[in-house]
Amino acid sequence: MSRHVVSSVDDFPPGTRRLITVKGRPIVVFNIEGEYFALLNRCPHQQASLFHGTLTGLVASSEPGCYKFEREGEILRCPWHGWEFDIRTGQSYCDPSKIQAKSYKIEIEDGASVVKGPYIAETFSIVVEENYVVLEL
Amino acid sequence: MSLIPPSLIPPGAIDCDVHPAVPDLRALFPYLNNHWRDQVVQRGMGDLETISYPPNAPLSARSDWRPASGKPASSVAQMREHILDPWQIRTAILNPLYGVHLLFSEDMAAAFTSALNDWVRHEWLDRDERLRASIVVPLQNVDMAVAEIERCASDRRFVQVLVMALGETPLGRRHFWPIYAAAARHGLPLGIHPGSSYRHPVTPTGWPSYFTEDYAAQSLALQNQLTSLITEGVFQKFPDLTVVLLESGFTWLPGYLWRLTKFWRGLRLEVPWVNVSPTELVRERVRFTLQPLDAPPTAADLEALLRHVDSDKMLLFSSDYPHWQFDGDEAIPAGLPAQSLQRILVDNPMDTYPRLGEP
Ligand code: FES
Repeated sequence: MSRHVVSSVDDFPPGTRRLITVKGRPIVVFNIEGEYFALLNRCPHQQASLFHGTLTGLVASSEPGCYKFEREGEILRCPWHGWEFDIRTGQSYCDPSKIQAKSYKIEIEDGASVVKGPYIAETFSIVVEENYVVLEL
Repeated sequence: MSLIPPSLIPPGAIDCDVHPAVPDLRALFPYLNNHWRDQVVQRGMGDLETISYPPNAPLSARSDWRPASGKPASSVAQMREHILDPWQIRTAILNPLYGVHLLFSEDMAAAFTSALNDWVRHEWLDRDERLRASIVVPLQNVDMAVAEIERCASDRRFVQVLVMALGETPLGRRHFWPIYAAAARHGLPLGIHPGSSYRHPVTPTGWPSYFTEDYAAQSLALQNQLTSLITEGVFQKFPDLTVVLLESGFTWLPGYLWRLTKFWRGLRLEVPWVNVSPTELVRERVRFTLQPLDAPPTAADLEALLRHVDSDKMLLFSSDYPHWQFDGDEAIPAGLPAQSLQRILVDNPMDTYPRLGEP
């Protein structure tokens, strides 16, 4: 496991997403209203780029004719065949125990601790006063 | 795994699909009131034949089951001689296919359907205690269909509600739901059988030219009805309802379920109440009668196919008497796993039809 600095918080505002490569792996990182989530950028179905997926809500129902739009913005729909994934866990809706998008842990660290290391931030110069989005892999 | 060769039916089987024939409309006279009897006479009505099973088509009755005169399977005596006695059938479920579903008048449909159910009760159920029957319902009017279930359900020898595969609207639509509520309330599965009220072409592409096309299309109609029941949420709304597809074949299931489940995975937000995959729903809630079997060429192929479906709980033994689906007494096709036979012949029918377990 090592920790990789993705961005400074200021450069990665809510409602945006980033495609990065860590240890050769393509990873998509989302900022949803200040919370960061990271998934391997390959749909577990047929490898579509989840970076191009749509963020939507979960349509739940207690009986036919009832539609409850829940968890708005937290469900990622794959751009190819529409499978839905929980942005928090990577779990698919259609078969949660067997089909999951690989997810990674994201943390916000202050510049002081990032400078101390051991972080991998080749492409950044770290400023002690800022906060950073850090991915563990 | 040992696979059985085509074989005779072991004694004690439960035959889930046999078809008693109404000789003609006059046979229903004792069960019609004087108004409807008079209507039959005044209108010059003779019979309610449909082109689903044309009387002279070889498929409609095996030649050795055709009587010298009259319709095949039109009396208990024939049924006893042809199947009940020689096969030592424990129970046979009567599914009358008389053309009451053709009628346009709701009142006439309800009157003739009630007469049909009473005819079954008196001319069949009362005459042989091995017999059970489905309640035929007039889908032309949902209130009347519910009333017919309520009228017949107290006779515990009625074990199922029977509808035809091709009606006016898909069976999952909500206006039909009171029928399913009544069926579930009385512990009656919903049986769907090939047959059409001919409100629409029998294929989705238009009217075909030949009987072959008509008959082959029926299993598509049953697939469409199954899809409708699943997507409209009938299985969620009525958790106690079992659906039986009669004479539908089942070897199409792996491809059908694969496709439907595939689309559900991407589009389930249209039908969020379908919260388990169609494959799982069908395995838990839908049953299929054995004959006619669109059997693959070898016994091993059939066994492989059953493995794809991944359940030996879904099949119910049926002979489809008097329709011509097999010769001799070999109603059990080659390729069924030997250890599943008891399930198919007895256990699955008993689980599917709770009323069969009553004394
Ligand atoms: S590749 Fe993502 S749903 Fe098919």
